[in-house]
Amino acid sequence: MLALDVEKRLGDFQLAAKFEVAGGATALFGPSGSGKTSIANLIAGLLKPDRGRIELDGTALFDAAARINVPPHRRRIGYVFQEGRLFPHMSVRRNLDYGRWMSGHARDAAEAGRIIDMLDIGHLLDRRPGKLSGGERQRVAIGRALLVKPRLLLLDEPLASLDSGRKHDILPYLLRLRDDAKVPMLYVSHDAPEIARIATAVVRVADGQIAAQGGLDLLAASDSA
Amino acid sequence: MLSLTPDEWTAIELSLRIAVVATVAALPFGLAVAWVLARKDFWGKAIVDGIVHLPLVLPPVVTGYLLLIWFGRKGPIGGFLDHTFGIVLSFRWTGAALSCGVMGFPLLVRAVRLSIEAIDRRLEDAASTLGASGLWVFFTVTLPLALPGVIAGMVLCFAKALGEFGATITFVSNIPGETQTISAAIYTYTNVPGGDAAAGRLVLVAIAIALAALIASEWFARRAGLRFHGE
Repeated sequence: MLALDVEKRLGDFQLAAKFEVAGGATALFGPSGSGKTSIANLIAGLLKPDRGRIELDGTALFDAAARINVPPHRRRIGYVFQEGRLFPHMSVRRNLDYGRWMSGHARDAAEAGRIIDMLDIGHLLDRRPGKLSGGERQRVAIGRALLVKPRLLLLDEPLASLDSGRKHDILPYLLRLRDDAKVPMLYVSHDAPEIARIATAVVRVADGQIAAQGGLDLLAASDSA
Repeated sequence: MLSLTPDEWTAIELSLRIAVVATVAALPFGLAVAWVLARKDFWGKAIVDGIVHLPLVLPPVVTGYLLLIWFGRKGPIGGFLDHTFGIVLSFRWTGAALSCGVMGFPLLVRAVRLSIEAIDRRLEDAASTLGASGLWVFFTVTLPLALPGVIAGMVLCFAKALGEFGATITFVSNIPGETQTISAAIYTYTNVPGGDAAAGRLVLVAIAIALAALIASEWFARRAGLRFHGE
């Protein structure tokens, strides 16, 4: 479970976020520029809050008062970026293995096989990221993030850079991910129909503030992008 | 006419040895400084940048003189090295390697820094979310992707070291067999009656080495670029 209560000034923009994420798939929903990606970056540790506290499963990742700031490489939070960000100088296999390599854990062949099958990327293992389609790249990016055995999975508009055909192809994998992967997901998006299919809870963001928190009925409000 | 005398071979071997040692010794410092300048912001950054580039802009003889003051046997650093480790740099080829390395350092840093700056920081962020600490990110993501630039920087540094004259001759003088590099040898031969043939031979050798270094660096850089960019 993730509990967040932070503030961050980004240039002229003031961000204040307070909410909680339990299991399932929670959507961080709001228009472009509302601060959703910044919130995800604060959770991942790529951005440092000015004030507040971030807690995951009872442990503090950030606490301004107690001067705690766990660096991103120790947070064990998987992050699927909008552009995938696969390492171009490594094969798909090595990209997938990167997290395990960094953590020094032994190979869990069964788990790796399960994830590779779930995402249908087994036939891509020896390719380079440059030779993958957008959809394939995103699936590999999801696999790479899952293979660090994260406590939380952040997905920042993972479908935004894909055309509608590709989006349609990946959606089933995201649903499978939500149902099988047993890891809570925080899904950043401005696309209400997409969220309606994937999410089980919604946190609405507007102008750097949390406007509301609840169920899918929150998607119906008029000022969505 | 075209065969080289033992003295000429000595000058060539010495130059190559000095240039290789200078480049290899400069590399770790060059990588570190380039990374800090490319990725970090701090008070005094412009000053550090300026100091790194000084050897490029100062008259080489001035650089050589400063090296003499600091690294000579009676200088603060040179004296310490002598008393503590028994290392003497003045009038030794190791001193020549130092002066050549110092002169080539800014070229190395410039090339590496540009290369690192061109790397998408978001890839480095992704690596850290996957569990890589700073040093691991550098060695597994940044450096492999910066490799063509690193190679280019090393070649520039090597070439500069090979041809360095002013700083070297000021710091470690022009001692055949110890500090008389190709440049110093050519200079000496042109001042000696009948030395033109020897000078001419060494000039051809210098050109050949420079061309070989450039071609080799192109080849390595292209190979590194292909391997690491997934083409």
